[in-house]
Amino acid sequence: MAGPSNNTRVGLFVTCLVDLIRPSVGFAAVKLLEEAGCAVEVPRQSCCGQPAFNSGDRATTRAIAEQVIDAFAAYDYVVAPSGSCAGMLKTHYPELFHDDPNWMPRVDAFCAKTYELVSFLVDVLGVSRVDARFEGAVTYHDSCSGLRELGVRIQPRRLLGTVQGLTIKEMQDAETCCGFGGTFCVKYPDISNAIVGKKAANIAASGADTLLAGDLGCLMNMAGKLQREGKPIEVRHVAEVLAGMTDEPAIGMAESGGTESDGMESKP
Amino acid sequence: MTHVATSPRFKDNARAALADPNLQESLKFVEVNFIARRREAADRLPEFEALRDAARDIKNHTLAHLDLYLEAYEARVTAAGGQVHYAATAEDARQVVLGICRRLGAKTVTKGKSMIGEEIAINDFLEANSVQPIETDLGEYIVQLRGEIPSHIIAPAVHLTKAQVEAEFRRVHTHLPADRNLVEPTTLLTEARGVLREKFLAADVGITGANFLVAETGTSIIVTNEGNGDLTQTLPKAHIVLASIEKMVPTLEDVATLLRVLARSATGQDMSVYTTLSTGPRRADDPDGPGEYHVVILDNGRSAMVGSAFQDMLRCIRCGACMNHCPVYHAVGGHAYGWVYPGPMGAVLTPSLIGVDKAGHLPNASTFCGRCEEVCPVRIPLPRMMRAWREREFERHLSPATVRSGLAFWAAFARRPRLYGAATGIAMRLLALIGRGKGRFSWLPLASGWTRFRDFPSPQGATFQQQWRARRRSSE
Repeated sequence: MAGPSNNTRVGLFVTCLVDLIRPSVGFAAVKLLEEAGCAVEVPRQSCCGQPAFNSGDRATTRAIAEQVIDAFAAYDYVVAPSGSCAGMLKTHYPELFHDDPNWMPRVDAFCAKTYELVSFLVDVLGVSRVDARFEGAVTYHDSCSGLRELGVRIQPRRLLGTVQGLTIKEMQDAETCCGFGGTFCVKYPDISNAIVGKKAANIAASGADTLLAGDLGCLMNMAGKLQREGKPIEVRHVAEVLAGMTDEPAIGMAESGGTESDGMESKP
Repeated sequence: MTHVATSPRFKDNARAALADPNLQESLKFVEVNFIARRREAADRLPEFEALRDAARDIKNHTLAHLDLYLEAYEARVTAAGGQVHYAATAEDARQVVLGICRRLGAKTVTKGKSMIGEEIAINDFLEANSVQPIETDLGEYIVQLRGEIPSHIIAPAVHLTKAQVEAEFRRVHTHLPADRNLVEPTTLLTEARGVLREKFLAADVGITGANFLVAETGTSIIVTNEGNGDLTQTLPKAHIVLASIEKMVPTLEDVATLLRVLARSATGQDMSVYTTLSTGPRRADDPDGPGEYHVVILDNGRSAMVGSAFQDMLRCIRCGACMNHCPVYHAVGGHAYGWVYPGPMGAVLTPSLIGVDKAGHLPNASTFCGRCEEVCPVRIPLPRMMRAWREREFERHLSPATVRSGLAFWAAFARRPRLYGAATGIAMRLLALIGRGKGRFSWLPLASGWTRFRDFPSPQGATFQQQWRARRRSSE
């Protein structure tokens, strides 16, 4: 395998959603990075600041950005299992500092070493195959920020193609937004619902039994809609499949493998 | 007298739009056809991306020297026997048009498609002053009959089904046999043509828009697919061009570059069917043409955008690609935006023109998917400018109180990673405990916007950072 040696130090930007909702994605990312020869560390962190940034609160965003840049200063690379968060760090942080010559050199260095997980594996580390098995047909949704801000499109498909037992069934309009949009989905729930409704129909029509993507926000949105509509499609982060770590129940599924009803709270 | 903006009621508009089956059926056309056609047109042209760069650069250059080009343009128009009228406001522009109509004793005015005409609500104004305006673009004609404004900047009636158009024609064209066959779409077009032919011949004044104003030659240019613009401007006594300051382009060579991206981005055509260049009124040896040629150049807040965070918006060439590719537009259509300009370009432009206090929803109702910027022929960073409007709102305390307080609460933790880690650790474990049975929630307090339409996954348990640090400790 090409790429850096064992002393390449990667700081994992785990992302707030993975941290809070689905830590197994974080561990899948760690496994993929370690197998590719990186030493992974996780500095204390909260969020990339997008909720504030996209709500127009620049002061809070800037404070969070300073803290993130400081926390990751010591690493060779910053890697996030999310195109949205990596896009924020890499393409939007400079907008917060462009008028501040004291910070710009640090910001530039930070942006230059920051990557989305799968594109980092393929484009930087030269990973061309993974040692994983997954029986089933998957369809892959291109999350917007990863696709349009970072050019993540063929990298996940290339690696998924090397997973034993896995076939890819492309859905129609894979590059169309799922309607998540961060705070958009709760600020404009009716519109978000209409958009994710179309996405769910395209996912179901693909004939795949598993939906994958590289962003947990989009995945939670699509999983939630598929489950509300009773569509029996498992939803996972692409890193889980690439790392061969699919023992955890799929997103929104219970330990037993999930139930048909979508009732609230605990079992009787 | 401008169109009353319903933009403050965007959410209600959107809900109504989502519940309108005719609209939902019609919007599929945009999502399916426009996207595919643009893709094919762009793929056929190897230099398309380079042309987009060139188009952007032409507009940037022009905006940087706008005063000089406006002056040069005016001199050329005057030399050709035409007249330029600068209008600082919509009211100024309306008065110029009315003044010309009154002087010529105009009873009817034919109109080619003009979004500036919509912006200044010229139709309502002329009607109120006893001048009858008649839209001659098929889509504009249909929305005029229905008392609507366009729902799309290049496809005004795209929100309507064929059946709705047929019903409207039967309601209005009562002089035609009631049992006529209008099944084929071309029969609707033929019928409109027949009706409009009389209007073209009778009109005293013709009003068109302008896609470009050429400083080099004093020429105004329109692109159309129906040829209605030509009849509108050549037959009457006077031709009035309604334009705005950012339509300026230095040379015809520049126009050629812009035309190569315009139709491809808009409809996927290599060129629109008609590209009409007008320079001054009819000359002595011309076989036809208007006796007078007037250009109304509207500012209406645009010059304040020059040098601001929103200057790039003035590059817009009104192709409609941004709305054609917008998932929000696909869901709710153009009227939900509540004023003249819909979609992503409207979300940036409308707050500039009518105020972010009225149009605040528009730049907020975006997922920031970035597809608009991806297809914009002049590479306008639309998401970035929508965010700039959100910043203005936040600074002026126009954001909803619930959003502000929620954000402040979240920020108090997010800015302190150690506190954040402790608090989220407790919260997630609690949530995981409650949600363990089903693996997801169909209802959650404070998250009804989410759970009204979708389930929310139960957290797995301890946060990643807790688990990570626990493992590190145990391995040390």
